[in-house]
Amino acid sequence: MERIKKGALWVFCEVQANELLPVGLQLLGRGKTLAEESNRPLYAVVLGKIPQESVKLLHASGADEVIMSVGAALEEKLEKPYADSLIALAKQFEPDILLVGATPFGRAFAPRVAAALQTGLTADCTELSIEEESGLLLQTRPAFGGNMMATIRTATSRPQMATARPGVLPLPEPMEVEDRDPVIIEDNGELSVVKLLKETAIERGADISQSKIIVAAGRGIGQKKNLKLVQALADKLGGAVGSTRPLVDMGFCPYSSQIGQTGYSVAPDLLICCGISGAVQHLAGIGGAKTVIAINTDPKAPIFAVADYKIVGDCVSVLENLIKALD
Amino acid sequence: MKIIVCMKQVPAAATASIDPLTKTIVRTGRNAVTNPFDLYALQTALDIKEGVGGTLTAITMGIPAAQKVLRDAISRGADDGAILSDRAFAGADTLATSYAISLGIEKLGGADLVVCGKMAVDGDTAQIGPELAQHLGISHVSDVTEILEMAEDHLVVRRVWDDIDQELYLPLPALITVAKGVNLPKLPTIPGMLRGRVAEIPTFTAEDLGADIARCGLKGSPTQVVRTFTPPVRGEAQEIEGNETQQAAKLAQIIREVLHGED
Repeated sequence: MERIKKGALWVFCEVQANELLPVGLQLLGRGKTLAEESNRPLYAVVLGKIPQESVKLLHASGADEVIMSVGAALEEKLEKPYADSLIALAKQFEPDILLVGATPFGRAFAPRVAAALQTGLTADCTELSIEEESGLLLQTRPAFGGNMMATIRTATSRPQMATARPGVLPLPEPMEVEDRDPVIIEDNGELSVVKLLKETAIERGADISQSKIIVAAGRGIGQKKNLKLVQALADKLGGAVGSTRPLVDMGFCPYSSQIGQTGYSVAPDLLICCGISGAVQHLAGIGGAKTVIAINTDPKAPIFAVADYKIVGDCVSVLENLIKALD
Repeated sequence: MKIIVCMKQVPAAATASIDPLTKTIVRTGRNAVTNPFDLYALQTALDIKEGVGGTLTAITMGIPAAQKVLRDAISRGADDGAILSDRAFAGADTLATSYAISLGIEKLGGADLVVCGKMAVDGDTAQIGPELAQHLGISHVSDVTEILEMAEDHLVVRRVWDDIDQELYLPLPALITVAKGVNLPKLPTIPGMLRGRVAEIPTFTAEDLGADIARCGLKGSPTQVVRTFTPPVRGEAQEIEGNETQQAAKLAQIIREVLHGED
């Protein structure tokens, strides 16, 4: 297979309901820069058949080649057959870097690939870059304990594997490309013993990632009923309600509103943070915000370090007064 | 049915510290708790044991003090526990951890069903379950939200992902990871607590497991932290002062300027 070179940078591109998920394109966008910096080809990898227009979109998003594995075992998107297929491809073509979108499915199957190839896997990276002297992939994610980020390297094993959440990296502008065929590889993996009995799509509202005005709430909001104030301010400003992970975990807010490392990255013109302390995992998602206003009772809250304006006080009463003042 | 549940001791929220040399979490056993997701895993295993019969063993890897999570598991109804503990295991990333646990499960004679929590709240990777299934050569289903049917040779499970709701048939042997809300973990009973306190917990070292030392602990971990840093901060935030009404008026003014700044 002459078109596929060893030592390339691969991006696994997931398909859901016959559509390429944006996170694969986002990773291709970043992957193109990384591939150029380290002088490697960039390949998009898809498991299962996709239409030619999707192949073209992958090329237009920066892929030098599209590797498409097809076979009976890949008809249902399940952990083991998908992992087996990617493992077989990786053994055959030896990629140097393998990036996977941290969708629920990506998080469920990519670890199997890492275990089989006996390599490292860094989950939920918020930054990916190439180390100049070594050409290694630098994988940055929030570290547990303390308000810190950690940069991780996979020095001794290949491929270097990392995942990033959808929306953390920007979507690349599609380039003008000519129509080219994918490189089709026949998958001979075992059929899955796990069977999908039933599948229903759940209607999901728009997520927070594209909102230009965001009023976000954290644990300092106190009771669930206080979220009405957050919603009221967001409505008044024509914006959306954002949240932190604890609020989503407590069932106060939907996942589509969660901002941070394990939620969405946002880049609004205006971000109003209400009762958010500013854990590093949350801050990882708001780096692109233009103007940040933070309201928190704790004068030492880390959120103030990334704010343009601050009020030290209870966000509930500030919200009540602010809504009146905007009338 | 032979069920093994994987448990982890994690630092209680906000008490963790990082070793400056290895950049891994310092684990002292003080202020440590059972990973909350693992209590759902344990309850799932208990429910299945009750439903179809069998044995339930809890397994963990960690410092000797981490056997506390196994005593906790026994007090809640597990039959017994086993801890993998050895200096050689220290500093393990998910690859080295899942390798050691897979050997531990084999040492215990294997399992028909392995149950893990969806993730641990300290590392937050959700990787151990799938990696472990791969090492064991079995199928798995991640993020199970409901057990719909249980039998000697299979499970039917439900999982709800962002925008998709699935029902899956899973023949055993297999591994599942369970999400919060899959059940309501029950509290330990008094007789259970007594049993947990006196239970003999075997310790397995790397040698006991016949582990390849090159695949254990920090040495066997391909991912290495090269740098930790504090994220960059913006300049000093401007404090909005005054009484509440004055603050609100100033804030309203700032918001109007930001939103209509161009005109």
